[in-house]
Amino acid sequence: MDIHEYQAKELLAGFGGIKDCASDAEVRQGAKDLLGKTLVTDQTGPEGLPVHRVLIEQAVPVDRELYVGLVLDRKRERIVVVAHPHGGIEIEEIAQREPEAILREVVEPAVGMQPFQARELAFGLGLPGAQVSQAIAVILGAYRAFRELDATMVEMNPLVLTKDGQMLVLDAKMSFDDNALFRRPNVAELRDYAQEDPREAEAAEHGLSYVALDGDIGCIINGAGLAMATMDMIKHAGGEPANFLDIGGGASPDRVAVAFRIVLSDTKVRAILVNVFAGINRCDWVAEGVVQAVRDVQMPVPLVVRLAGTNVEEGRRILRDSGLPILTAETLAEAAERVVAARNAARAA
Amino acid sequence: MSILLDERTRVIIQGFTGDKGTFHAKEMIAYGTNVVGGVTPGKGETTHLGKPVFNTVKEAVAATGATASLILVPAPFCADAIMEAADAGIRLVVTITDGVPAQDMMTVKRYLWRYPKERRTRMVGPNGAGVISVGKAMMGIMPGHIYVPGPVGVVTRSGTLGYEAAAQMAALGIGQTTSVGIGGDPINGSSFVDILALFEQDPETDAVMIIGEIGGPQEADAAMFVKEHMTKPVIGYVAGFTAPKGRRMGHAGAIISAFGDTAAEKAEIMRSAGLVVAPSPSELGSTMAEALARKRSRRVMVPR
Repeated sequence: MDIHEYQAKELLAGFGGIKDCASDAEVRQGAKDLLGKTLVTDQTGPEGLPVHRVLIEQAVPVDRELYVGLVLDRKRERIVVVAHPHGGIEIEEIAQREPEAILREVVEPAVGMQPFQARELAFGLGLPGAQVSQAIAVILGAYRAFRELDATMVEMNPLVLTKDGQMLVLDAKMSFDDNALFRRPNVAELRDYAQEDPREAEAAEHGLSYVALDGDIGCIINGAGLAMATMDMIKHAGGEPANFLDIGGGASPDRVAVAFRIVLSDTKVRAILVNVFAGINRCDWVAEGVVQAVRDVQMPVPLVVRLAGTNVEEGRRILRDSGLPILTAETLAEAAERVVAARNAARAA
Repeated sequence: MSILLDERTRVIIQGFTGDKGTFHAKEMIAYGTNVVGGVTPGKGETTHLGKPVFNTVKEAVAATGATASLILVPAPFCADAIMEAADAGIRLVVTITDGVPAQDMMTVKRYLWRYPKERRTRMVGPNGAGVISVGKAMMGIMPGHIYVPGPVGVVTRSGTLGYEAAAQMAALGIGQTTSVGIGGDPINGSSFVDILALFEQDPETDAVMIIGEIGGPQEADAAMFVKEHMTKPVIGYVAGFTAPKGRRMGHAGAIISAFGDTAAEKAEIMRSAGLVVAPSPSELGSTMAEALARKRSRRVMVPR
């Protein structure tokens, strides 16, 4: 889960070492211009995101801009604190341009980040003596925030040294572990649903995992890996997936029905592929769920269903005997070819 | 032989008496797994499915001699359950639970290192299908009947894609020694490399299939390990060629956020390290069949 910059700054302010500036009324017109507009930046993606809130801060004369970031490093399986003496640019850029200038401290999880590590970073950044202790407080505070809020990424970019000798976080970014939101209600409530695809929000409410994409073949699949592989297969067969959708292990009729509703609410969708490898559940049961859902939603586009695993013959028989216009497939390749052909036929019609 | 688990391994289940624990315990016992009991705090000194229930893992180990534990407790309690098993001397912990916080896993993995190597716990999962040594025993949630015994070792992040691979191979008459689901989380107990090393040592495993996905450094690490340390043929696949950057694709770990995280980059790294990469997910079985055929013909052609 990602949050807004202003929320990240407020959260970090709660962990000490960061001062909020006083606001000024001069910015009224600027705020008016921004609010309600769609903002397109590198971070929002090409379609942009709506602006519902504006953060107002006093401008400060800046002496130096620094980069300090914390990340849960998957290779080391540790929190790593990364710092660089030139802030304001993307760390990926820095990493490519001058990797040797990046300072790193790997935190030992058993004891947490130690003051000496923050000290090494502060001195490594070349800060003047008077600001070192301020920088240490900022870095240790960010580490505490990372741990206590179950973050996966905290970025202070830039962290600035003002002309009057204050350390200030000018811009901050934070990402959180979705798996830990159950114990971080104060983080969970920061979620801004207005910034999310409404279909993704509805899917999440039902415990389904849905990601909207640009193609026109809707996908309903059990298991994240099989879902990604099925999308790959559609592409391989000359189609483009309209979405990722994992209905999870138990493909109950209710979940299948919700999945159809969400996929069909995307008006780009010209055909749907259901691919279920029944392990714990049984194909006959999944097939009944599909038949029920198809009757309820009155399918407006061609549907291809591929079932595999437990009780597959019985499942296929239920689909055949339903009298509904459901195309079936035995293998993954066949399923992808059939749904792409159905999409092409629907387009031509 | 097989890796990690066989029909003699004494297995307990943490979260034994819950709905999930009960369901999967029955499946595991039916498959032939030597389930010797379970742990549910507060239900000690009772029996469930004809097996003893204990309050703590230490009690279960003392009474049954269990060396392996399948963990099916809810995510908020998972880290605690893993550490309890490790402290009780359990050698293999398999965790199925989805939704374990990443920082919990960071702490757990650090905790496992406090024990000396000769008694250190090996952990598989979380958020995976578990481990099955085909025809012998199963610690997990997979449908046992789709697997046939044979010479291939499989290690996969995704459960259902592992089933797909098993079904494709079975249709071609190719079976497996052991299939290991390492799980789809960003930090997991055993890496691809950990499992590849075990397959390389296993005399019954002739070839290995590794099924990865977008996100994280493990597929690239595995490719390097294959290049430098493996004599057996390894075929690979990476799911998620159509996945967009920065979006979590179901699994907590399946997100493209850094260089080398995409499926195309990982597949290329695998290829350059000498793995044969299946051209599509419907060719997992046929790619393995070709690799096994090449290995057999090579064996015949070795000059004496």
